[in-house]
Amino acid sequence: MRAMILKEFRELRRDRRTLAMLVVLPVVLLVIFGYAANFTIDTIATRVVGPQADTVAAALPEPFHVTGTDAAATSQDARDLVQDDVADVVVDTSTTPPTAFVDGSSLFVAQTADAALGRAGDQVTVDILYNPDLETSWVMVPALVGLILTFIGTIITSIGLVRERQAGTLEQLAVMPFRPSDVIIGKIAPYFILASIDMLLVTLLGVWIFGVPFNGSPWLFALGGAIFLFVVLGIGVLISTVSQTQGQAIQTAILVLMPQILLSGFIFPLQAMAPAIRWIGYCLPLTYFVKISQGVMLRGSDLAALWLPFTVLTGMALVVFTAAVLRFRRDLAPATGRETPVDAAVPA
Amino acid sequence: MTGPTWGVHGVTFRYGRATALDDVSLDAPSGAVVALVGGDGAGKTTLLRTLAGALRPEQGTVTAPPLTDIGFMPTTSGVWRELTVDENVSFVAAAYGVRGAELRRRRESLLGTAGLDEVGDRLAGHLSGGMRQKLAFCLAMLHRPTLLVLDEPSTGVDPVSRVDLWRMISQAAARGAAVVMATTYLDEAERASSVLVLDEGRVLLSGAPAEVVAQAPGAVFRTAEPTVRSRAWRRGREYREWSPDPTTGPTTGDGTRVAVDLEDAVISASLAKEAARA
Repeated sequence: MRAMILKEFRELRRDRRTLAMLVVLPVVLLVIFGYAANFTIDTIATRVVGPQADTVAAALPEPFHVTGTDAAATSQDARDLVQDDVADVVVDTSTTPPTAFVDGSSLFVAQTADAALGRAGDQVTVDILYNPDLETSWVMVPALVGLILTFIGTIITSIGLVRERQAGTLEQLAVMPFRPSDVIIGKIAPYFILASIDMLLVTLLGVWIFGVPFNGSPWLFALGGAIFLFVVLGIGVLISTVSQTQGQAIQTAILVLMPQILLSGFIFPLQAMAPAIRWIGYCLPLTYFVKISQGVMLRGSDLAALWLPFTVLTGMALVVFTAAVLRFRRDLAPATGRETPVDAAVPA
Repeated sequence: MTGPTWGVHGVTFRYGRATALDDVSLDAPSGAVVALVGGDGAGKTTLLRTLAGALRPEQGTVTAPPLTDIGFMPTTSGVWRELTVDENVSFVAAAYGVRGAELRRRRESLLGTAGLDEVGDRLAGHLSGGMRQKLAFCLAMLHRPTLLVLDEPSTGVDPVSRVDLWRMISQAAARGAAVVMATTYLDEAERASSVLVLDEGRVLLSGAPAEVVAQAPGAVFRTAEPTVRSRAWRRGREYREWSPDPTTGPTTGDGTRVAVDLEDAVISASLAKEAARA
């Protein structure tokens, strides 16, 4: 038995990914849950508009943090500010009593704002936009679409690619008359198509079963999904290039997937996280897809309102996918570097 | 058989600090079978992968046809286990542009010769080891390459399948393909047109099997009781013992000097190298 235990420790010592899961993951989870697992909103980004904007802004208590006032703005402008995600709460002072428009697509912020405004009694009218009943499913379904795409893009794709390496057929493909781009596109295209079908299916089921509204442009939603897919497929390909076995690929994919689930604002609100943890969230692609999917489905936002997440996600797609293709290509293309051109064979 | 001679010249390849090939040259004429022989880690697979185009050598030149004219069978057999036999053939045929009546003809001919014509709808992963190796050979041969690179095609294959495989290799060479194959079976290597013996990435011996045998250093003696264990190896019920001096054999047992065969020659060369190093 002693020999068996010793052997197991020796194997574990050399299996760095399992060690990382055993040692690093618990520490990371502890830190993340300590600093990120927080539903308490301390600050709510608030705008105040209308003739009494400055007066009302000065009177607003915590947790409302006034980021700007505009005395000339109308009630429609107030609604637009919420739709464009400029603020979570916009107080319109042109009505009596003032109306607080609350962004229902930010569920925890809206719940906190609703409770705080409720304490003001008749001094303010609360109008929760885009999710009037503060349904959790309305916020979760758009985010779940992103999570499913992440799952297929990273885990399933990396497993599919590593299977080829493990079986020795990647070596075979490298010496077959395929261009590296043929192999890469041929391997990724099926996952792209399957993920797209899943995205359509989950969205339709979400709308049909949970009654989640789809207020925006389906094309904009599809565009966001396609860009996001390039990022997650790129991550999947990158994982496959550093994994020799399917087990290693799954371990690495879990290490990549875990922070996306916890820090993208999909479960715990970004506003409630410690700043350092929140910035990790800002580096994750799912954070931006959640903003796009919730923006398009719930708020009916257009491209002008969602330019920031679209720009960041496009940048990520370019960087990650290019890096993935270059690394994968390195495994496939050594033949092109032959000193004697293969098509200029010299007869004896 | 006239035709191009493929091969490598002065090739060196390193994995990090470890030198896998050190100034290795190999000629593979059309219609000939070249056998690569060597122990574990000798550099056989690296040399084959370099020739097939899967690795780029650090030094030296590779003379090879375009990828469309190379057939490669990796040591892991390189068949898609989740595809059926027919689907494997169809995929490889599509990659090399073999289609229509020509594809049907070649599929029937190759699978028939390999004895796989009755298992076309079976998953490659469900084939026996020997059948899988034969399927891999069929895939490598499907587009009738002018250079056929085979990495230990008969390892782990039963004796009957080995005969089938060797017949198919001979047929490929007879049709004009240059065949370069690694093998651990010296009886197979003896049937090749030429043999290249690798040891720690360097060429130990090379030439036609008879030439390789003639290059064997020292002398080999048959004995029932070896004098120097580190220079002896078993052959059936008796021992062979190598001596660097042809005039001095084992001092015990009968110590009869024997005519060396390829196996004796390869072992003798390895022992001579070790002795020189010591």
